[in-house]
Amino acid sequence: MSAMKDVPLHAIAHARAGDKGNRANISLIPYDPAHYALLAEQVTEARVLELFAHRGATRCTRYDLPLLQAFNFVIDDVLEGGVNGSLNLDGHGKTASFRLLSLMVRVPA
Amino acid sequence: MTFLVGNGSGFSGDRVDAPIPVVRSLVASGLPAALFFETLGERTVALAQLERRRDPEAGYEPMLERLLEPILADCHRHRIPILGNFGAANPPAAARLIARLARRLGLPNLRIAVVEGDDVMGQIALDQLPVHEADGSLDMRHARLVAANAYIGAEPLAAALAAGADVVVAGRTSDPALAIAPLMNHFGWAADDWERLAIGAACGHLLECGSQVTGGVFWDPGFKDIPDPANIGFPIAEVTAEGGLVITKPADTGGLVDFRTVKEQLLYELHDPARYITPDVVLDITGCHLEQLGPDRVAVHGLRGHPRPETLKVTACFEGSWLGEGEVSVAGPNALARARATADVLHRRLEMRGLPVRARLDLIGLASVLDSDAGTLWRGYEGPEPPELRIRLAAEGADRDAVDQAAREVLALLCCGTAGTGGARWRVTPRILTRSYLVLRERVPTRFTLRTAEEMAA
Repeated sequence: MSAMKDVPLHAIAHARAGDKGNRANISLIPYDPAHYALLAEQVTEARVLELFAHRGATRCTRYDLPLLQAFNFVIDDVLEGGVNGSLNLDGHGKTASFRLLSLMVRVPA
Repeated sequence: MTFLVGNGSGFSGDRVDAPIPVVRSLVASGLPAALFFETLGERTVALAQLERRRDPEAGYEPMLERLLEPILADCHRHRIPILGNFGAANPPAAARLIARLARRLGLPNLRIAVVEGDDVMGQIALDQLPVHEADGSLDMRHARLVAANAYIGAEPLAAALAAGADVVVAGRTSDPALAIAPLMNHFGWAADDWERLAIGAACGHLLECGSQVTGGVFWDPGFKDIPDPANIGFPIAEVTAEGGLVITKPADTGGLVDFRTVKEQLLYELHDPARYITPDVVLDITGCHLEQLGPDRVAVHGLRGHPRPETLKVTACFEGSWLGEGEVSVAGPNALARARATADVLHRRLEMRGLPVRARLDLIGLASVLDSDAGTLWRGYEGPEPPELRIRLAAEGADRDAVDQAAREVLALLCCGTAGTGGARWRVTPRILTRSYLVLRERVPTRFTLRTAEEMAA
């Protein structure tokens, strides 16, 4: 078995966050299509929900787009009220993509 | 034959010189083309409505003249129509400004269309409609309505173009409608040709945020580098009658168009990829795949369309609470302990004074935008000592004076705070709360008027 190492998602993928009300969506896109399956296995809805648990997120849905080689995570109730109600400097949650990219994944060394 | 759709802005506040290279590129192509401006966020129309209350000739995009002045004559000369939701809360006043600009530029024959019907305040009893989305903190018992606008589709915009409009001034439209309309008009696409309209919706969605598909909010130094980020070229789409869609950008500009930029923007603010709902068509990108045709040229394939919804979304904006914010900085040895103590003391002061506000504290530099109202991340921080920190208080409440007093507690730290506290800023701003409803489309009739700049002077 080949050696593995842990890296932040940022090393192998990119992402963008958007908002609608109190719901965020974050795309996750591997730089190398060979990493698509690895992301599908490791970046689960449960792990992403846990990443935003401190913000009160209640649900995470992952949409897989294998033709596009991308994922779309939709996270409910994560924006502490959304842009109109939030006390957060970033009420849109645009910076949240980089919290996702801080998640550790295991890749071949 | 290919038709070009260019974008000149992605939001109110975008780079005002962005349209110039786009128009230069559209003209150089010699192909039929249109240019659109998207300047209306969810709350922008409500803020514009407040401006209009203050001044009946205000309430449209404040940068409108700056955006149009350098390109209006070229667009008119080369028959490139301009569309925009820059009318915001006052499309007729925006049209009058454009007419004045046109006369000044020697374009008295410029034909300006004003599309109306999106403003449904007073037209529709909102409380009898099903609620689509709502801000949790909105208390309808005391809510005062500021604006209510329907997201209208491309049909009235396309009709205005068909009537010969050089500039189409709209208020609230769906963002993709601004790109769908010139395509419907040019190719004669029917309003129920879902497969074609899907191309238009994807074109609009990819272009509506301007540089976001050409390198903006994309570049990440060392990981996703782009050429000349101070001069990102705004996007241009090449569309064919058969439904070909290619995303590109003007030559001699910065930024880039590749798989990565197009994928990020395709999924931006999208939820279920099988159902991206617009007033004109429901777009399905589950079969979408991309092809890099050359430098800064990406083809988008495999788009599908489904019938448009019977309802339109109406977003109502209400006068909300007040937001007070205050910030101070600390730096150097023991900055973290001083910042934590400052946050604790601010909490204690708000308690002592019994101010009726909901408050949050951030330690900017440690955890703020990624943190929660409870400060979970900065309270749990165990890393190295940061060189400097900025302490931010945010307080919200219905009583403006209480909110102001809360923010001023930060100011007071200039004398009462920890050693070496400085750089205080504080402010109080009004908040807008929104609630959206679904309304049957036949209840939102739209219309347009068309007059030349010269006629509008009379």
